[in-house]
Amino acid sequence: MVSIDYIRYISEICKIKFTDDELEDFIQQFTGIIEYVDKLKEVNTEGVVPTYFVNSNTQPLREDVIRDGLSKEDVIRNAPEEEYGYFKLLNVMD
Amino acid sequence: MDIVELTAIEMKENLEKKRISARDIVEAHIDRIEKVEEELNAFITISKEEALKSADRIDQKVRNGEKLGPLAGIPIGIKDNIVTKDIRTTCGSKMLENFVPPYESTVVEKIRKGDGIILGKTNMDEFAMGSSTETSYFGPTKNPIDSQRVPGGSSGGSAAAVKAREVAIALGSDTGGSIRQPASFCGVVGIKPTYGLVSRYGLVSLANTLDQIGVLGRNVIDAALMLKAIVGYDEKDSTSIDMELIDYIEVLSENIKGIKIGVPKEYMDLEMDKRVKEQVFKAIKTFEDIGAIVEDISLPQMEYGLATYYIVSTAEISSNMARFDGIRYGYRAENYETLDELYMNTRSEAFGEEVKRRIMVGTYSLSRDYSEQYYKKAVKVRTLIKEDFDKAFEKYDVILSPTSPNLPFKLGEKLDDPLAMYKTDLFTVPVNLAGICSISVPCGYVEGLPVGLQIIGNRFEESKILKVARAFEKHVSLGGENIGL
Repeated sequence: MVSIDYIRYISEICKIKFTDDELEDFIQQFTGIIEYVDKLKEVNTEGVVPTYFVNSNTQPLREDVIRDGLSKEDVIRNAPEEEYGYFKLLNVMD
Repeated sequence: MDIVELTAIEMKENLEKKRISARDIVEAHIDRIEKVEEELNAFITISKEEALKSADRIDQKVRNGEKLGPLAGIPIGIKDNIVTKDIRTTCGSKMLENFVPPYESTVVEKIRKGDGIILGKTNMDEFAMGSSTETSYFGPTKNPIDSQRVPGGSSGGSAAAVKAREVAIALGSDTGGSIRQPASFCGVVGIKPTYGLVSRYGLVSLANTLDQIGVLGRNVIDAALMLKAIVGYDEKDSTSIDMELIDYIEVLSENIKGIKIGVPKEYMDLEMDKRVKEQVFKAIKTFEDIGAIVEDISLPQMEYGLATYYIVSTAEISSNMARFDGIRYGYRAENYETLDELYMNTRSEAFGEEVKRRIMVGTYSLSRDYSEQYYKKAVKVRTLIKEDFDKAFEKYDVILSPTSPNLPFKLGEKLDDPLAMYKTDLFTVPVNLAGICSISVPCGYVEGLPVGLQIIGNRFEESKILKVARAFEKHVSLGGENIGL
């Protein structure tokens, strides 16, 4: 069983809140899932190279040529709050 | 002529021969959408005005005698996690309820250049996390074959829209089966191309080493036509591969006599609905009848596919979903006093349960205390799964299996049991882990519900799975539904 304190710690890292009721439901399902994936412990992976990525292509480089990107208006268009053409956030200094 | 009953190819041919106009095609499909959509809910956004404008532009081309593109006049649905410039793109989430992309995805750019007509954005599980389209913020899509049942997912809207003739073809995305499983549940054809064949630029990432854009159609030829139109290297996606393009339509008529087919016994031994198994064995027999060589093979690591997939995908999800912070785009919570609260409240209010669950599991499996045990272990098992396939493809051309272990289930049936939901992708996830290609074709019906057959091919061997699928489709011709003739 995964401990409730550890779940709270994880939720803090990934910036998602749960109420106590939600946590109780969640921990049940979470434990079920973790028990299922624990199956992987059966597999002998000694000396096996990990696969992070299936394709072998390397990151290509291109000439550093200036190209048009999105306009400032386009970039800001979907912002939940904007002011003077900037993303608006809380004041960090008085 | 009932336009919506035509195949995509037929629509295009009739347009070229001036028997119908692009406007006729679009209007017929809009009528159809108006008739069935309220019940079906296959779309999140319908772009009627835009579609009519495109149709008029194409009709003008016809009048001017200009050359038409490969998708001319064909009405197409786009899964709502593929960005469309100036058309709302929500990913089925409250988080992006009002997001209108300022740029175009590469696949949609190709469709527009090919004179395809975009009719709208199709419903999906929230951020493509789900196997039934029930986790959509915009409500579930119903299965057009039986409205009490789910259409599968996460590309359930695309599969349902194609089946219900709201569009002729659709784009979906497949991270662990999200094209093939709904194709199976809705009795249509779904292709998950090789990782790197189709540009992912403009696809909202779920698990970026597994995601691939693919197509759904009512028959193999239509699906192949669409695939041909969207493949190719794209400098905007560094994981796309620069290679020679193949004419997927041309290969469809090739004979499959003597082709070597492997049937993995580990797959057939996994827990599944007996009736599904029966239909798949019948399909295997059909291949023997048409001259293929079918043999049992072994893919020993397959039983670990789902567990590996779950760890790898949630780990990638947890990092990909970090971009939704309520600052640059998307939802922002109303109440917060600190920056941390802004993040927390925004994400807690705008993400659904399944999204939260996967972010949590992913964060857990990457966390300092557990990454050795979970993530680092899973990426090694991924290597073993890939090697199993590599070995099999040294001897065999394609591999057969069921697409999903179940028939389409009832709405709500698996919603409270995440593990049972994940298991509907048992047969599809290993393909994404190995980055190879696969197609689901209808292979029979059980009490009126469709069963999908999965045909798996090696990397970039789409032409093989397509011609095998076409030969099968032509031979069984399921009551005229999927003949594609």
